[in-house]
Amino acid sequence: MSKAATTEPSKFRQTLEDANLQLAVYTATGRLMEKRREAVAADVLPEYQELRTQAHEIKKHTLDNLDYYLELFEEHVTAHGGKVVYCKDGSEVADFVLRLAKERGARLIVKSKSMTTEEIDLNERLAHHQLESVETDLGEYILQLAHQRPYHIVAPALHLTRYDVANIFTEKLGVENETVIEKQTMIARGVLRQKFLQADIGISGANFLVADSGAVVIVENEGNARLTTSAPRIHIAVAGMEKMIARAQDLPVFLKLLGRSATGQPLTVYTSFLSGPRREGEVDGPEEFYVVLLDNGRTRLLADREKRQSLYCIRCGACLNHCPVYRKVGGHNYPWVYSGPIGAVITPQYMGVGKDPWLPFASSLCGACYEVCPVKINIPKLLLDLRSEVTKFKAKERGGWAERMVFRLWAWVMRHPRIYEMMGSMAAAFFPEGEKPGWLRSVPSFMNIGPLKGWLSQRDLPRPASKSFRQHWRSRRKGGR
Amino acid sequence: MGPRVALFVTCIVDQLFPRVGLAMADVLERIGCEVDFPEAQTCCGQPAFNSGYRAEARDVARHFLSVFEQAEYIVVPSGSCTSMISHHYAELFRKEPEWLDRARAVGSRVVEFSTFLTEVVKVEDVGARLDAVVTYHDSCHALRELSVKSGPRRLLGRVRGLTLKEMDRAEECCGFGGTFSVKFAETSGGMVRTKVDSILRTGAEIVVSIDSSCLMQLQGALARANAPVRTMHLAEVLASR
Repeated sequence: MSKAATTEPSKFRQTLEDANLQLAVYTATGRLMEKRREAVAADVLPEYQELRTQAHEIKKHTLDNLDYYLELFEEHVTAHGGKVVYCKDGSEVADFVLRLAKERGARLIVKSKSMTTEEIDLNERLAHHQLESVETDLGEYILQLAHQRPYHIVAPALHLTRYDVANIFTEKLGVENETVIEKQTMIARGVLRQKFLQADIGISGANFLVADSGAVVIVENEGNARLTTSAPRIHIAVAGMEKMIARAQDLPVFLKLLGRSATGQPLTVYTSFLSGPRREGEVDGPEEFYVVLLDNGRTRLLADREKRQSLYCIRCGACLNHCPVYRKVGGHNYPWVYSGPIGAVITPQYMGVGKDPWLPFASSLCGACYEVCPVKINIPKLLLDLRSEVTKFKAKERGGWAERMVFRLWAWVMRHPRIYEMMGSMAAAFFPEGEKPGWLRSVPSFMNIGPLKGWLSQRDLPRPASKSFRQHWRSRRKGGR
Repeated sequence: MGPRVALFVTCIVDQLFPRVGLAMADVLERIGCEVDFPEAQTCCGQPAFNSGYRAEARDVARHFLSVFEQAEYIVVPSGSCTSMISHHYAELFRKEPEWLDRARAVGSRVVEFSTFLTEVVKVEDVGARLDAVVTYHDSCHALRELSVKSGPRRLLGRVRGLTLKEMDRAEECCGFGGTFSVKFAETSGGMVRTKVDSILRTGAEIVVSIDSSCLMQLQGALARANAPVRTMHLAEVLASR
């Protein structure tokens, strides 16, 4: 396959042929779909559609005025005794953390789940400088042990069964093979409690940044984010700057949507509002509080009015669960940490459309993602826009000429009905008769190329009708009907 | 006398499944419509649009608009092609105000076949009879872009002798997706096999849909699996008697 191809990468096959993996992913995403459906049903949440519209509008307003809200947010964080740090990219974030760790003599970092830090490979960057950082979300911890990337935005270890986890624990922690999930959890807890007690720095992500109060809002189910942000003496929240929302009073809209869309929970088990370090008279909380606001290409996305909406994403993962393509090819076949429909939309925007040009084409455009998106990102439309950008990019690079010629010729034929009809008749005469009337299992090998080969590799092919509709229609009119 | 309708049979029906177009004409004539077939029609342009070739799609769309500009109603045996015209032409002609106006005018008169029956002429019983157990596949663009969900089922409900058995994954994509089906053949094949399993679980003899492109994907996969299930377009079901 050429680098500029907009067709299926061959690595998909391994996933598609792995029956156990297929079942694990299909079952897990199916369960999440079912739970979400119940949680947003009209009898439990009659205002669901209204909430989606509101969430979209709030994000739109906030991001249309992001410069203003960033300043407002910083003002409030500073007033609470915290500090806002702007970082252009991953290396600036790593530099900041490393410098701070050195100044404070920190040796161990605990981390709660954050896709933003995955995006910039923060753990690897820190490890490179001998600074240990331990993931404390159970799924992320398992993946860190196994040296794997998250398979899913919300459920990072969605592809692993408890037997997989047992093997990872035995190999990496030297414990006995344990396949009972509750006991596996206790094993992880035993390790992680010690890390929480020893850690000097806790790094978290952020689900929302509230501009008018300077709060960092984190939702979670395991309680590890609470420990991460309160036990160590330094807390650093690393957040993409698009996580901003204008007002605290807008939060309920998002909190109602996020848990329901992600896991079908009306609310997650814990919702934390963090604004600043421990104050005088308070008994816990960090002594120092930093919010790192990451750009890493976001200002470029922001500049494009059409595609800006891809920044509205609140990382619920619903589009992954509902995507029939994600459910087949899984999370590790996408080129970046963001997989599924939202990954297919944001990755080309961050990396450039020329890098993995097939990505926006890896969709049947069924629209299930848009239907379930809690902030109404029109993902199919964005994919179509990106497809157009890819073909333009390829034309500029003088690639993909064969396909372009086919579509040019096709368009010309479609504007000339007589030639269109003639070509149709020729095709009908050209195709052999099949064993079953109208359907072919194969074609002669000289014809078994390109799209025909692709089609026939999976299913039988309808033989062009010997008489087209228009030909039938003419005789019908002549016959006086 | 019913309204005057122009058929846009779509290129797939014209070239591969003409019986679907004939069935649609039969049903429309039976309920009293005056049916016309503008012979200069070809395709709506969707294959090029979905593959990222906007200029080529625009050329074909202009041809479509010129052919159908005079029609009172344009009835289409496909949700996907209907949506291309009524929804996506606006995006294609975003920067061409004159064509945008023409696209909007024509787009407002394009109606998917089942919707034409249930919402425009408001006929649900067309006098059809088919002794069979069928299941219905929601095609994605009809379902999610045109909100077609209950109409086809109500029409099926009025067919004498017919039993509708819902499948557990009626709303899941069949994996066709136009050029996706050949560009991502193995993924598409995996998707349709999941769908076929769901169809087989119902025990139905026939899968019905309102899009011939989905049915081509489904029939192709059913045939490949040697499954004893056949596909029928809703128009063919309604034309049966």
